[in-house]
Amino acid sequence: MKRKLLTLAAAAACAFGGAAQAQISDNTVKIGVLNDMSGLYSDITGPGSLLAARMAVEDYVKATGSRLRIEVVGADHQNKPDVGSNIARQWFDTDKVDMIADVPTSSVGLAVAQIAREKGKLHVNSGSATSDLSGKACNANTIHWAYDTWMLANGTGKAIVRNGGNTWFFLTADYAFGHALERDTEAVVTKNGGRVVGKVRTPFPTQDFSSFLLQAQASKAKIIGLANAGGDTTNSIKQAAEFGITRGGQNLAGLLVFLPDVHSLGLNVAQGLMLTETFYWDLNDQTRAWSRRFAAANSGKMPSMVQAGVYSSVLHYLKAVEAAKTDDGTKVAEKMKELPTDDPLFGKGSVRADGRKIHPAYLFEVKKPSESKGPYDYYKLAATIPANEAFRPLSESECPLVKK
Amino acid sequence: MEIFGIPSQALFGQLLIGLINGSFYALLSLGLAVIFGLLNIINFTHGAQYMLGAFVAYLGLQHLGMNYWVALVVTPIVVGATGVLIERTMLKQLYKLDHLYGLLLTFGLALIIQGLFRHEFGSSGMPYPVPEVFKGAINTGFMFLPKYRAWVIVASLVVCLATWYVIERTKLGAYLRAATENPSLVQSFGINVPRMITLTYGFGVGLAALAGVMAAPIYQVNPTMGADLIIVVFAVVVIGGMGSIMGAIVTGFGLGLIEGLTKVFYPEASSTVIFVIMAIVLLIKPAGLFGTQK
Repeated sequence: MKRKLLTLAAAAACAFGGAAQAQISDNTVKIGVLNDMSGLYSDITGPGSLLAARMAVEDYVKATGSRLRIEVVGADHQNKPDVGSNIARQWFDTDKVDMIADVPTSSVGLAVAQIAREKGKLHVNSGSATSDLSGKACNANTIHWAYDTWMLANGTGKAIVRNGGNTWFFLTADYAFGHALERDTEAVVTKNGGRVVGKVRTPFPTQDFSSFLLQAQASKAKIIGLANAGGDTTNSIKQAAEFGITRGGQNLAGLLVFLPDVHSLGLNVAQGLMLTETFYWDLNDQTRAWSRRFAAANSGKMPSMVQAGVYSSVLHYLKAVEAAKTDDGTKVAEKMKELPTDDPLFGKGSVRADGRKIHPAYLFEVKKPSESKGPYDYYKLAATIPANEAFRPLSESECPLVKK
Repeated sequence: MEIFGIPSQALFGQLLIGLINGSFYALLSLGLAVIFGLLNIINFTHGAQYMLGAFVAYLGLQHLGMNYWVALVVTPIVVGATGVLIERTMLKQLYKLDHLYGLLLTFGLALIIQGLFRHEFGSSGMPYPVPEVFKGAINTGFMFLPKYRAWVIVASLVVCLATWYVIERTKLGAYLRAATENPSLVQSFGINVPRMITLTYGFGVGLAALAGVMAAPIYQVNPTMGADLIIVVFAVVVIGGMGSIMGAIVTGFGLGLIEGLTKVFYPEASSTVIFVIMAIVLLIKPAGLFGTQK
């Protein structure tokens, strides 16, 4: 009797909810936000990304009146590939998670992408930087959202070489991300007529960079390229100022600098730094409105590019689920590539065959303390790189999904 | 002139940097050694107390306008007082039990303190300016030495040697050492042993906080700054010999130098070299370089 009732209820749900519901596994679209909740990347991603995902769900349901049952969960991968892989497997296998979002730390991002492929689920990454996610490590179940190392190199690297910074020394975080960023930047430097005179691989994470900075100083390179992120970047910038590197005529290139990093450094130290991001809260009315809402729920902290990426990617994911009438990872990925993207934070864009999300990038210069009106008023727009030039062209892609 | 393919000038610079990092290792391992030597407690909260030192200095500057010099004096007292509180209310209960209990308690406390600060202040850290007198740098001929870093070496050496002197060469130190050997005998001479122990813990914690204040202008003031350091410092204490004061100081500076050299010759290994040395020392001399087998 009980079973009969349940079947009836299910049938009724199908009838009322539309046929779509029948294809949604366990009737729930479950999104897992996997990132660094407590370590050096937790201000850039962390609880803020979880909040962004929840905001996306709320906004999507409000805007479309969707009847999808959507659930968002979060977990801490501690920047360790083994921890991240275990959580991803558990989420996909037993916790019925359909899509994993965010995942900073390239080594973890690459691992989760593999697992998504293996299980036929979906991974939409906005936290990792390595361009391999849509390059040689690409797969049909992974989409790379906010930014990547090719885009960073192409933005900051190119601008600096063209301004005369033609000899480089790299301080590189010794793992997948640092290596990718160094490789992509080196390619841009050489292509534009510059030269790399040396590099040093620093353990991840490192507190004291003075020894490496001295090596960079001794190299006499005009530009010291920081192929690192988060706490590593802030510490190296701060200590470079201490050792008089910039006064000695050498300049720093922060190849991946996020808004929270600048906030943490303070404008006194960070002023003049060139950096590339695809999102800044103060770009236009829409980004300002969303960011103020976000900050109000995030103890006053403005969103980072990664957190904005999580919001935008979850929004597009839900549209694709609704349009594809299923939450099957492979099919939704196809739908996400088919539908054009449009959201208040990144504007109009698309997802390419290699899984790369395409949108404009911005070259910013960090303001002087006298130019800033207060906390988080940090960037001056130096150049806009249009969407079709911001990311690696498909013709150069090593991704097997791209037909040549 | 070149040494192993590195210009000798660059090498001197690197050695000096090693010495600066060594100053922090020495200051922190000294506090640990004092606490372990006299209380038999493995103080895993040390890293968190170092972080507290940096935060008290930062918050004092932000909210009360407390400058660096005042912070240098006030912070160890404030943080030391919290140490006294911890000793009175919690650690006191554990002296009769195995070392493991003290370790677990202090480890748990460290996690709680770090968690609270991370919740409140986030993970990317806050800037703390270098004090005005130490802005700028000295050109030593072979390197550009920031004045502040030179100060760190000097201050740390002075504090380390003074502590060593008090414990090993004065009457107060003699009482302390006697109290660890045989508390009831010392108590029978009319000396208040429990109070002495409490103050010793407070002093050790104060040393950690002092290191925290000195670190604030160099590193970002960050809730996890101690967690990254404490493991290395424990290795330093183990290599030096648990509880040996001089051992902690010498090994602290020595390992800073070795780590500095590794950063030049094989940077990838610079975060592990200290642990390799620890493993070798434990195999050859289990009590540590300066420790005595009990």
